[in-house]
Amino acid sequence: MIVLQGKGVSKGVAEGPVCFFRRADAAVKKETASDIESEKARVAAAQEKSVAQLEALADKARAETGEETAVLFETHAMFVEDEDYVEAIMTALEEERCNAEYAVEQAGEQFAAMLAAMDDPYMQGRAADIRDVTRRILNNLMGVAEGGVDSDVPVILAADDLAPSETLQLDKSKILGFITKGGSGSSHTAILARTMGIPAICGLGESLKEEYQGRPVCIDGETGQAVLDPDEPALAAFREKQKKQAEMRELLQTMKGQEDVTLDGREMLVYCNIGSPDDVAAVLANDGRGIGLFRSEFLYLAASDYPGEEEQFQAYKKAAAAMEGRRVVIRTLDIGADKQVEYFGLQKEENPAMGVRAIRICLNRPEVFRTQLRALYRASAYGKVAIMFPMITSVWEVRECKEACRRVMAELDAEGVSYNRETEIGIMIETPASVFVADALAREVDFFSVGTNDLTQYTLACDRQATDLGRFFDPHHPAVLRALKMAADAAHRAGIWIGICGELAADLSLLETFLAMGIDELSVSPSAVLPLRAAIRGSTAGSCTLEKLEC
Amino acid sequence: MKEFDYAIRDQLGIHARPAGLLAKLAKGYGDTVITVTKGGNTVKASQLMKLMGMGVKQGDVVTVSAEGPAEEEAIAAAKKFFEENL
Repeated sequence: MIVLQGKGVSKGVAEGPVCFFRRADAAVKKETASDIESEKARVAAAQEKSVAQLEALADKARAETGEETAVLFETHAMFVEDEDYVEAIMTALEEERCNAEYAVEQAGEQFAAMLAAMDDPYMQGRAADIRDVTRRILNNLMGVAEGGVDSDVPVILAADDLAPSETLQLDKSKILGFITKGGSGSSHTAILARTMGIPAICGLGESLKEEYQGRPVCIDGETGQAVLDPDEPALAAFREKQKKQAEMRELLQTMKGQEDVTLDGREMLVYCNIGSPDDVAAVLANDGRGIGLFRSEFLYLAASDYPGEEEQFQAYKKAAAAMEGRRVVIRTLDIGADKQVEYFGLQKEENPAMGVRAIRICLNRPEVFRTQLRALYRASAYGKVAIMFPMITSVWEVRECKEACRRVMAELDAEGVSYNRETEIGIMIETPASVFVADALAREVDFFSVGTNDLTQYTLACDRQATDLGRFFDPHHPAVLRALKMAADAAHRAGIWIGICGELAADLSLLETFLAMGIDELSVSPSAVLPLRAAIRGSTAGSCTLEKLEC
Repeated sequence: MKEFDYAIRDQLGIHARPAGLLAKLAKGYGDTVITVTKGGNTVKASQLMKLMGMGVKQGDVVTVSAEGPAEEEAIAAAKKFFEENL
């Protein structure tokens, strides 16, 4: 039996075999090849296999999704056989006397770089297609299956950490819990685990070894302990805890249908954070009163090109309609920083958290913004959609956003397309700047929603992705809480509502503080709704204090 | 040799989808070579990546030519293709 200690980031206990997430992009090493002819033959075989795979995908797409996708795969197949591409691979083999993998990677990068350097954003985006094709050939050369969960039974998924796009592609029915080497409470793996309501432990470091693949493990997302090859007593203790938690869940079910009010009658709206329309089922199952944060990034992260208006409209409409008139706050794209998308062709930044991200991209690229706003307004005809802009620092940004909204509304008017003219517009409070000018911002919008993860990062000058900042990254820091209070006061002075959609919203130890500040709404993972409701119903707002602010 | 000039009408220029279809068409003519020229830069229509790399945009004028045993047929097919797809 081996006990690994990490940080529990999503509660619950689970038991199952360890399965490492297999990343398709195994690293390519340059090696000297003695027999160039046999390397050429390997390239040819990998090409042939890639073309066959792509043609099969094209057939599948033609039957299931339509001609457009099918042609994309056919074009990819032609990339594989492109004469210049093949020539570049062969030249690299001859000149470098290297292995096939290295030659393919070099050639792929050469053509991807050519497209990426063009001044047309569409063509820049095609660099991603070339990289996709190159990766496919490399996978076939190296015998690597595509990334994912390689198991028939449900597993405890192990990884270094998962990228946002990777979490999107997982077959979630096969995952009982997560254990990762890196990451933190605000990493994407942790957020996904909480959305799914399954346990997760991060920060296990090098104690999590590849050789554990397939061995049984028990994980406890509360204590952060992972027990490998558990003995009888350990297993019995885990199962006992699992049983207790099941009982607790049942008890919480009695909270369904109850109102979110304190003992002295103060209402606190409990909403949910979701990452795709598929998560709405979890919101309804946990009786969330609305959606306080719908991250629209999934549309951008999962695609290899800019998602079109129709595709976005369908996704927003699906969520809005399923929530049947309850508020659905959709955040416009929050790309950049830790969420990179190749086809956006963003410049490499030394410090992306402070770079061109989120609303800055939208304001710099009006076409991308317009497409999303049109989809959002069209969806507003099918439910209570609210639009939220991220990473605001200045009043002029909000005015530009509102101007863009007005233009889109005028277009829809001219086209005779129906939408809700009264659609609420709000902003994220996640930069210290937005807190300092909150009074002026509050006069421009219908609501505020505080993103505590970024607000903590920017207020405390602590990178939220870094795993070694530990005690320095403290979301309970009085500076963060005072910033929250300043924003809340500004919102209430202007007569608008304020919510919290960051991870802090589900922190029951701060509920009193939030009630004392007069926060109107808390948006949490669906699995956190019922425990939060139970806590609200046991609180007395009138006796809550601001002592945690140390002022 | 047969040739014609064509002003691109497609909003995205010669983008991946039509470039792929054109390459497929060009490969069907074997010994007859179809080329696309823009501003002194010539590539074979079958050279998919290079063709995309030329960055032909909406409004650009390209010269399309065909040379070889089936050039009559090839140039007619290419002309029809450009008119329908680009």
